[in-house]
Amino acid sequence: MKRHLISAADLTRDDALLILDTAEELAQISSRSIKKLPTLRGRTVVNLFFEDSTRTRISFEAAAKRLSADVINFSAKGSSVSKGESLKDTALTLEAMGADGVVIRHGASGAPHRLATWVHGSVVNAGDGTHEHPTQALLDAFTMRRRLGDLEGRKITIVGDVLHSRVARSNVLLLHTLGADVTLVAPPTLFPIAVDTWPCQISYDLDAVLPKSDVVMMLRVQAERMNAAYFPTAREYSRRYGLDLARFGRMQEHAIVMHPGPMVRGMEIAAEVADSPRSTIVEQVANGVTTRMAVLYLLLGGSEPAIGGDQ
Amino acid sequence: MSTYLIKNAQILGGDAQDILIRDGEIAAIGRELGEAAAQTVDAQGLIALPGLVDLHTHLREPGREDAETVESGTRAAARGGFTAVHAMANTHPVADTAGVVEQVWRLGAEAGYCDVQPVGAVTQGIEGRQLAELGAMADSAARVRVFSDDGHCVSDAVIMRRALEYVKAFDGVIAQHAQEPRLTEGAQLNEGVMSAKLGLRGWPAVAEEAIIARDCLLAAHVGSRLHVCHVSTAGSVEIIRWAKSKGWQVTAEVTPHHLLLDDTLAESYDPIYKVNPPLRTREDIAALRDALADGTIDCVATDHAPHSLETKETEWAEASMGMVGLETALSVVHEAMVETGLLDWAGVADRMSYRPAQIGRLAGHGRPLEAGAPANITLYDPDVRAAVDPANFASKSRNTPYAGLELPGRVIATFLRGRPTVLEGKLH
Repeated sequence: MKRHLISAADLTRDDALLILDTAEELAQISSRSIKKLPTLRGRTVVNLFFEDSTRTRISFEAAAKRLSADVINFSAKGSSVSKGESLKDTALTLEAMGADGVVIRHGASGAPHRLATWVHGSVVNAGDGTHEHPTQALLDAFTMRRRLGDLEGRKITIVGDVLHSRVARSNVLLLHTLGADVTLVAPPTLFPIAVDTWPCQISYDLDAVLPKSDVVMMLRVQAERMNAAYFPTAREYSRRYGLDLARFGRMQEHAIVMHPGPMVRGMEIAAEVADSPRSTIVEQVANGVTTRMAVLYLLLGGSEPAIGGDQ
Repeated sequence: MSTYLIKNAQILGGDAQDILIRDGEIAAIGRELGEAAAQTVDAQGLIALPGLVDLHTHLREPGREDAETVESGTRAAARGGFTAVHAMANTHPVADTAGVVEQVWRLGAEAGYCDVQPVGAVTQGIEGRQLAELGAMADSAARVRVFSDDGHCVSDAVIMRRALEYVKAFDGVIAQHAQEPRLTEGAQLNEGVMSAKLGLRGWPAVAEEAIIARDCLLAAHVGSRLHVCHVSTAGSVEIIRWAKSKGWQVTAEVTPHHLLLDDTLAESYDPIYKVNPPLRTREDIAALRDALADGTIDCVATDHAPHSLETKETEWAEASMGMVGLETALSVVHEAMVETGLLDWAGVADRMSYRPAQIGRLAGHGRPLEAGAPANITLYDPDVRAAVDPANFASKSRNTPYAGLELPGRVIATFLRGRPTVLEGKLH
């Protein structure tokens, strides 16, 4: 495995399977009363969050703490970053503090690449702009595998604002690596130009794709898209691309519904669908911790067995 | 004034001849010239070109003297073989009055490394709303003939039309930065495979092409001269080719970097590759090279854009746009156009000296090397190859995309009206 996890494309099929298998082992820990492992004792993980994202930060924090790492949360608000300190100076500060791993969430695409040129520790991308969010893709793949088994040949449909979605980019890359058959669905305005060069199918018609899908992953549509002519109104979007009960009824019985959160109930997904037993939305949160444990373990302490002498 | 005898120079790559320089002019050209009083310059193996002319640089003074000054920028120009550069108007304050253009012009004259021809802003404050006093700038000591809001597009069709019409009174030209503003809000990288992959806001080719098409039609309608800055797409080339076929007075420039570098370099997210217009694709590069070769694109202009280090050591979206180019331009053109067989040295002289001087109406520059012409001469060694080392630049800024890249050729000497500004590869 590479030293950093910045793009899902950094992972070979073997890397990805190793992370997923390791996460499966670690998941056993989560069901115990004492959830902590000594694996990363003495290592320091910095959560460097330039965007508010409580759920992702908490997920990484829990993952690092369960591996006994020291965790430093560094959020842009109230720190020197908000006073105009550059990313480079922040990176050099972290470097001076001896961070073994830096988990970065940043509003600018490519910020983790830049960070990786300034620090020696491993950089984990926790979401950069409209580029990628590789640990989200890993936890999604982990969730799918637990529900559906091997992903080879599985039909996975991702619906929504592909243009601005780091989740979609990472999922397409990882799921392709894992042999799944991905279809992206969106209005034409929410696809990037040249999306036809991506390793997936594209469709403008959710109803045509839905009955064949094993997984339907809904992406959040951000409020700021409403006023930028990507689609006429929220209601029209919801009618054409929302997962309502009628569409849910046309899915295969075994098919599952996913959402990376936070979701807009009633917009891209009906409340009843989000809360159905075939929705994995809450599971995804739990799986996020174990998947991120696997990533941190393999990047920062991979020479020792994941589940050490305490078995 | 000193007399120089350049021995055995290959004028435009031809057979070796001697060039005698006296009183700022070329006194004679021929074989085995002798002149006892002259300082001899051995030009064995060197190509002699007319002093290069750049229609498009940013010298940053007044306002951003931390990035470049007229003096440091013209030293860089001399090192690159240039004897005249146009200085764009987007300084602080903007060069939109006779006072500012005269200041820049005087700074150039005082520095003495190459002629500095200020470009005047088209609109006040380059805000695109109200015409600047174009006539006052034309009548000033700086004798401005090229007007541009470069960095900003004159996007309002009426303002553009009026500007094109108005400058006819003094044989001016509007140099348009063709960038439709709404289509490029927040744009970061050529819209295509790379922008999709990297999650960087796309900068569509159509944003450039739509403005060029409109401006060609406007220039034709009012019978004026239009110059298109830094053409970067294959589609723009097609439109300009069409406009020229109609006999319209449209000229165009291309930058060295758009002739060599493509948008896949952005994969590193290193903003050293961030530039306006953005780096495009290999297909665009091929079209630009062909267009420069067949004359559809008239000239090479560097768009030399110095930036201080901290504005490039950032996230991509935060970083400043632009690259320095004066000291590498001739080598890049050599690599992209001469090594590929698309241009010979006479072609290089045409695209980097004659035509830009003609477009800018610079009477003393861009003249063929012959007796009686001003002695603006560049001596170039085409046989060396070396990695670009920004530490050697005369420019105050180091934001070159070519650091470490091996490029051919080296400017050995530059003469400005008979006075060497560079000799033996060093500033003189």
